[in-house]
Amino acid sequence: MELTNREIARYSRQIILPGIGVKGQKRLKASSVLIVGAGGLGCPVSSNLAGAGIGTLGIIDYDNIEITNLHRQLLHSESSIGKSKVESIKNFIANLNSDVKVQTHQVLLNSKNALEIITKYDLVVDASDNVATRYLLNDACVLENKTLISGSALQMEGQMTVYNYKNGPCYRCIFPKPPPPETVQNCGDGGVLGAITGVIGSLQSMEVIKVILDHDDVLAGKLLLYDGASCSFRTIKLRNKRQDCDVCGVTPNITKLIDYEQFCGMAASDKDSGLNILESNERVTVEDYRNYNKDHLLIDVRSANEFEICKLNNAINIPIKRLLADKIDNDLKEEMKEKSVFVVCRRGNDSQLAVRHLNEKLGIRSKDLIGGLHSWTHTIDKDFPIY
Amino acid sequence: MLKINLDFSGGAEVLFNNIKKRQLSLESEKKWTLRDFLQYMKENLLTERLELFIQGDSVRPGILVLVNDIDWELLGELDYEIKQNDNISFISTLHGG
Repeated sequence: MELTNREIARYSRQIILPGIGVKGQKRLKASSVLIVGAGGLGCPVSSNLAGAGIGTLGIIDYDNIEITNLHRQLLHSESSIGKSKVESIKNFIANLNSDVKVQTHQVLLNSKNALEIITKYDLVVDASDNVATRYLLNDACVLENKTLISGSALQMEGQMTVYNYKNGPCYRCIFPKPPPPETVQNCGDGGVLGAITGVIGSLQSMEVIKVILDHDDVLAGKLLLYDGASCSFRTIKLRNKRQDCDVCGVTPNITKLIDYEQFCGMAASDKDSGLNILESNERVTVEDYRNYNKDHLLIDVRSANEFEICKLNNAINIPIKRLLADKIDNDLKEEMKEKSVFVVCRRGNDSQLAVRHLNEKLGIRSKDLIGGLHSWTHTIDKDFPIY
Repeated sequence: MLKINLDFSGGAEVLFNNIKKRQLSLESEKKWTLRDFLQYMKENLLTERLELFIQGDSVRPGILVLVNDIDWELLGELDYEIKQNDNISFISTLHGG
């Protein structure tokens, strides 16, 4: 596969690098890379790899663009809200570099479709946003013998490494068991800065190029930690491939894909998972709350920052962590025992945890507002901010 | 005294009063393994629920433990004997993107 004059001009600034050359550029052109996730990490990975002239990019994401994506998912635009993320990236790449072939997969990656998609590509980028997909992708890459370039980000930190590369460890070697669901935060709840996903996505792109070019110092068996708050980069040494790893060990237990949502106890997306742990007499609709005109207390269990964004009249802020740790002012606790208590949060999940805690542990008779402030906006006051 | 540097990242700091870095001096009369030190952390440093940090007799899944930037599994895990000026890190893994 020779380079055309147009390609020579286009890629000249990287072809002249000693580590690349014409041979390297041809390798990039002959390569195919699957990017799993068209979000905060998937955007910079897609633009970097398309710019560098990777021949074929596959992009997989079932999701459509929302306004809350745009601060970090910079290939999407305001005019594309509601439209498919993979199509949006495909359009971006068509404008940037029409020589790149883009294959879109607008599906949720699962145990049934993963292998047939992954097998078509040389290597895989994990730019996903949840634990179940990370285990699924790891196992699928081990079974298909593909290298996995994995990145993740939350708040002001990011992590990146390369799994299943030249006899190095896989994700399961490092994390044989998934974390307890209650300890896992997603970007919707924990927040994340676009500059962080930008840094990690760019680092992933660099490792993709190094793997394709068979560079010596690929970040396998090590984990890079980036802390934006202190602008520190650290590379730590991970354990070796485990002989007894469930999927890549000598006698693996996992020889075909399993049910990863069940294995992790978590959904394979970072969307709201509707909690439903209360009896119906411990809950009220937002309409019933609006019509309730007796003296009462309204407890808002969101974080202080979220409380600053918007709040209902007379709401008192006790962040869920403080409430569950019983760090409630004594006078307020007494008042809560005497009055009707309602609890609200953003979407109506934490408010249920709070009500269960208040009612069972503190003997308070509280009720949660079903669907939280999102419901308030949808059914009572369309001018109330939503985030 | 046995002086060590302790750091938390990836959200693990939330379990320890939100302090990312601290220096500690441990009584050096006895030897300290990481097993002893986890017990010390449980009793003296942990500010959140125990199960968010410990499962069984070790650290819960999803938190990496490092000594001087090396995975503790390469060093003997709970049996590793802490040395003067060791940097001990607890890193919670991130999943977002």
